[in-house]
Amino acid sequence: MNTDLYTYALRLGDDALVAAQRMGEWIAAAPQLEEDVALGNIGLDQLGQARSLLAYAAEVEGAGHTEDDLAYFRDEREFTNLLICERPNGDFAVTIARLLYFAGYQHLLYDALRSSSDATLAGVAGKAVKEVAYHFDHATQWVLRLGDGTEESHARMQAGLDAMWPYTAEMLASDDLVRRLAAAGVAVDPSTFADEWHARVGDVVDASTCTRPEASYQHSGGRDGKHTEAMGYLLAELQHVARSHPGATW
Amino acid sequence: MSEKDWPLWEVFVRSRRGLSHGHVGSLHAPDALMALRNARDVYTRRQEGVSIWVVPASAITASSPDEKDEFFDPAGDKIYRHPTFYEIPEGVEHL
Repeated sequence: MNTDLYTYALRLGDDALVAAQRMGEWIAAAPQLEEDVALGNIGLDQLGQARSLLAYAAEVEGAGHTEDDLAYFRDEREFTNLLICERPNGDFAVTIARLLYFAGYQHLLYDALRSSSDATLAGVAGKAVKEVAYHFDHATQWVLRLGDGTEESHARMQAGLDAMWPYTAEMLASDDLVRRLAAAGVAVDPSTFADEWHARVGDVVDASTCTRPEASYQHSGGRDGKHTEAMGYLLAELQHVARSHPGATW
Repeated sequence: MSEKDWPLWEVFVRSRRGLSHGHVGSLHAPDALMALRNARDVYTRRQEGVSIWVVPASAITASSPDEKDEFFDPAGDKIYRHPTFYEIPEGVEHL
């Protein structure tokens, strides 16, 4: 097995899967019916990315596992998603802040990954890049309106941007695995687009009349399977049906 | 943010090039740009369209049900106004 490639596909797949699970929590709970559908659509886009990436990870692993095995029958420490994906939704502004940060990251990542020497990763990225461009735009529209809205919406948008900020450095960090795969033309090293990410996100925050969050303590550990306290609850909800009724079909 | 603060928008979608925009429904949104995005999510998520218009519902002047008789009934018995007396050539769609 190509362990590096397996781990890389798993990372990106886990990011998308956990982000999709959080987005799904908004269904029937968004501020408006229209926003319900919008967030549901975004979650389904992310789930589609997760399926492609986890199916590919399972194929690379070559142990006869399926995408479902990877999604439903791994434990918390085996998940390698970024911490920002698993953090609780908070209020609507917190979720929108997360989407701005995460979709901004995914867009730069997938855009570059389109020229990966790995045909499957390049293919997944080619399809997903259009989806995440829309996610970033959706988040941008809301940051602008909430930030430049009422006193209350401005305060909440600022609080959301601040709450998710300590999880952004992990997204843009590099490590040995990514550097090895990037050198081989397979992966994209996020540190190569960190400046671009800061510029894009910073422009949106400035235009919204909010203040760019100050440098603060930055959490990490997701890529090593060390998660926040929120992760166990998320996985319990995600996995309990599949584990209570293994192999069930409908 | 209460629901009544958001105005109503009417949504028109063109399903293919060459066809005209057709009314598909309505939705609430805070402004025109968000209405367009909401329309994309609510009405074109199954590839129903290639172009969207949104119009403030308040900008539409509609005929009144009370005027139905004088508006529409007089056309009912004038079949010579209907283009049914010639054959449509084969291969002509959307006429």
